[in-house]
Amino acid sequence: MFVLVVGGGKVGYYLTKELIESGHEVVLMEKDRARAAQIVDELGSIVVAHDGCEGKYLGEAGSNRADIVAAVTGDDEDNLVICQMAKHHFDVPKTIARVNNPKNEDLFRHLGVDEIISPTRMALGSIEQDIPVHELLHLAALDNELEIIEAQLQADSPAVGRTPADLVIPEGCSLFAVVRNGVATPLRTDTVLQEGDKVIAIGRADCERMLHDQLIGQTEEAGA
Amino acid sequence: MKFVIVGCGRVGAALAEAFDNAGHEVIVLDISTRAFDRLSEEFKGQAIRGDGTDEDVLRRAGAEGADVLLAFTEGDNRNTMAAQVAMEKLSVGKTIAKINDPVRAAAYAELGIATVCRTTMLTDAVLAFLDLGKTGMPSVIAPVPHVHEGAEVSVASPVAPGATPAHTHAETRRA
Repeated sequence: MFVLVVGGGKVGYYLTKELIESGHEVVLMEKDRARAAQIVDELGSIVVAHDGCEGKYLGEAGSNRADIVAAVTGDDEDNLVICQMAKHHFDVPKTIARVNNPKNEDLFRHLGVDEIISPTRMALGSIEQDIPVHELLHLAALDNELEIIEAQLQADSPAVGRTPADLVIPEGCSLFAVVRNGVATPLRTDTVLQEGDKVIAIGRADCERMLHDQLIGQTEEAGA
Repeated sequence: MKFVIVGCGRVGAALAEAFDNAGHEVIVLDISTRAFDRLSEEFKGQAIRGDGTDEDVLRRAGAEGADVLLAFTEGDNRNTMAAQVAMEKLSVGKTIAKINDPVRAAAYAELGIATVCRTTMLTDAVLAFLDLGKTGMPSVIAPVPHVHEGAEVSVASPVAPGATPAHTHAETRRA
């Protein structure tokens, strides 16, 4: 297959290298002459030292016979334009764009980009998995060391099935609202808490450990 | 009418003033607040710092449903992207993007964006002044009307009541 890679940054460089190693025909476009020369030294004369966004050079690099165009520069708008020019002007069968702003993924697909690579989305995905969900969330810090805190009740929360009256709420702290199925209501003393509820509390920062025990559950450390 | 201008350079600022003077609602965006120094003291529109290719920024600025969006930053690709975000995501009626690469300008006219090409305009102006003819390319390229499955989508009047041809166009293309 003939693959045209646009953008000789880290992604473009390693992509080109891998593609060559697996036996594909590759041309890399990199507008920075110094960077282009450096890649020529390492990978051979497969580099076109011109801006792949410029219609003239995209054509000269052979986009009209490319099977795939991969736009992997650091700028979303450049990648979009490269893919659109490739697709609509040079009839390239498959276009791939790197997208940095996750909000653009949808738009790019809608505008005809065939494949999206989103480093931000990938990183976000693995970070979100690592964030413990069993923690209190700090929503806002007020003055006088007061904080607004949210606790999402999991199935193993000791507060599930109980009312605020059953809980031991530390002095100087108040549970004031519950968000259930996206609807916020004032938390009354007889509200029976359910799994999935988000309980909103206000209190001094030093009440946090007790709130944690009551709403999330005792950690081993806290229980010791 | 409501105008959104992305890029407060010389042209963007001049257009913002002109629309404002004509009594229109004007929102002008630029990534640099210094660019707004080009606007006069009397300018009554909104000047908002932000990236006009970012859907969220445009939405917060109030670009949704604007009659016209003009993308006049220094970058051809930023302009095409801003124009396409406006059309596809924000239901803006008409978009005009400045694209200085004549090849790209012609290609995007085919994708439904009116384009202005400074390269062609200046070349033509000089050629005309020297009485040497023309490049043969229009300086403002109106979007090419598309014909899909027998139905003509006129992009010259982009917003038909209750329909957004931009979407029709893209969806037909994808199908």
